[in-house]
Amino acid sequence: MTAIARQLVTGVAGAEPAVVAEAPPAVSLHEVSRAFGEGTGAVLALDRVSLDVRPGEFVCLVGASGCGKTTLLNLVAGLDRPSAGEVDAGTGRPALMFQDAALFPWLTVAGNVELALRLNGVPKGERRTRTAELLETVHLGGMERRRPHELSGGMRQRVALARALAQDARVLLMDEPFGAVDAITRDLLHDEVEHIWQARDVTVLFVTHNVREAARLGDRIVLLTSRPGRVAATFDVAIPRPRRIESPEVSELAGRVTARLREEVGRHGR
Amino acid sequence: MAVDAPITPGASSLDRELAGLGALWPKLAAIGVGLLVWQIVVWSQWRPDYVLPGPVPVFKELGNQLEQASFWHAIGITLQRAAIGYALAVLIGSLLGAAVARVRPLRRAIGSLITGLQTMPSIVWFPLAILLFKLGEGAILFVVVLGAAPSVANGLISGIDHIPPLMLRSGRVLGARGLGLFRFVILPAALPAFVGGLKQGWAFAWRSLMAGELLVIVANRPSIGARLEFARQFSQAEALLALMIVVLVIGILADSVFSAADRSIRRRWGLIEPTS
Repeated sequence: MTAIARQLVTGVAGAEPAVVAEAPPAVSLHEVSRAFGEGTGAVLALDRVSLDVRPGEFVCLVGASGCGKTTLLNLVAGLDRPSAGEVDAGTGRPALMFQDAALFPWLTVAGNVELALRLNGVPKGERRTRTAELLETVHLGGMERRRPHELSGGMRQRVALARALAQDARVLLMDEPFGAVDAITRDLLHDEVEHIWQARDVTVLFVTHNVREAARLGDRIVLLTSRPGRVAATFDVAIPRPRRIESPEVSELAGRVTARLREEVGRHGR
Repeated sequence: MAVDAPITPGASSLDRELAGLGALWPKLAAIGVGLLVWQIVVWSQWRPDYVLPGPVPVFKELGNQLEQASFWHAIGITLQRAAIGYALAVLIGSLLGAAVARVRPLRRAIGSLITGLQTMPSIVWFPLAILLFKLGEGAILFVVVLGAAPSVANGLISGIDHIPPLMLRSGRVLGARGLGLFRFVILPAALPAFVGGLKQGWAFAWRSLMAGELLVIVANRPSIGARLEFARQFSQAEALLALMIVVLVIGILADSVFSAADRSIRRRWGLIEPTS
């Protein structure tokens, strides 16, 4: 979906829901709960969470640690099953990026991307060119033969991003992907993720505890409470792109989200 | 970035070779000291010369042995036995290790048995092996395989057990399932520990083989062990010690192959500094 189409969908969403109804959500969670353990020791990680993500939308999930963000992504990625409720991520397997790049140390940079292509059923003849293209996309051209340990943290995350893109998934799940990256690198990576998202027909579900990051990137910010994880509030981000993380609009929104987050944390006595 | 900058592979391997030559002197010094101690013991007349000869006659005898076709024939048979036995042990050990690591009931059933077998001196198997296979090649092969396979299996099991969960999660997210996950993620991730198991397995195979060749002497099948046994029977102390040196050197050479493989893996994974 192009940026214009996306804005159209966003624009009419509130006014005439009947018109938009023909586009089913890319990711849909309906009354999803997930408990871990049994009996009195059971911990409810997610409590009746409902969330619809439109195709092409960039949704940021924000919450304090322990709010079940990772549990939620695992459910959407199909790595876990809900205790109750329904999760629908459409057809095909979503791609997932972690805070740790989780690259395979026995493979080169190109090897890591090629394995993702191979597991995705890309024929051998195409893999080399596709790998080169993907690495070019994340500005790592010429790094093909490097080993993961030879790269900086930011570069490793770029490889992880290229590997996620190699899956050619319609839904990209990102679990605090830039949490361990320095601020300057993170800023550059924000630009790149935004470019990639705009250039490709991809829906992004981005988990972060960094409220500014969420305001910088998201079309919508979903605030989760802690223990159990529930949707506390939703913020539509109307700030036009391209955005800067230091812009007053982003700061203002981040301030509002943070205030609401404080309220939630206070309510839980933490 | 400068911190991450790697040494280009071609240059660094050459550098390493040169560094290796420089690092050789402690080894040479140790050998020198060992030979000196040996010579001093001989000079002390603790045992007569015909029982414990000094380094000079032993190395003369070694040179003499190296010129004999029968010596090389014996080495050939010994190494052939080692290769067949070890290959079989690796095959059985790998299959067993993979199965035990991935199949939970199987692990409960025989996991500790494999560890137990590993600690069992392989020479204990010989009486049974001789009953089962008579004094033949089969008996030697049986003990070599039983000596080495548990170590290979244990190496693979511990390698698989220590794979970081994130690595497996990463593989699953990419769509690797079942055999694909095993082939593309689990096996390569377990490789460093597996190589450790292969190395230990080789050491056990070599020990078992030497024990076997001393006990089970097959007619018309000369071997290092058989020559060693004959040297003892005919009180040829020089030949006996020369053959012991041969056994030691083969062991060291094989071990250095595994160590090199281990270092190369660790270097590629970034587990050791490129210069060390």
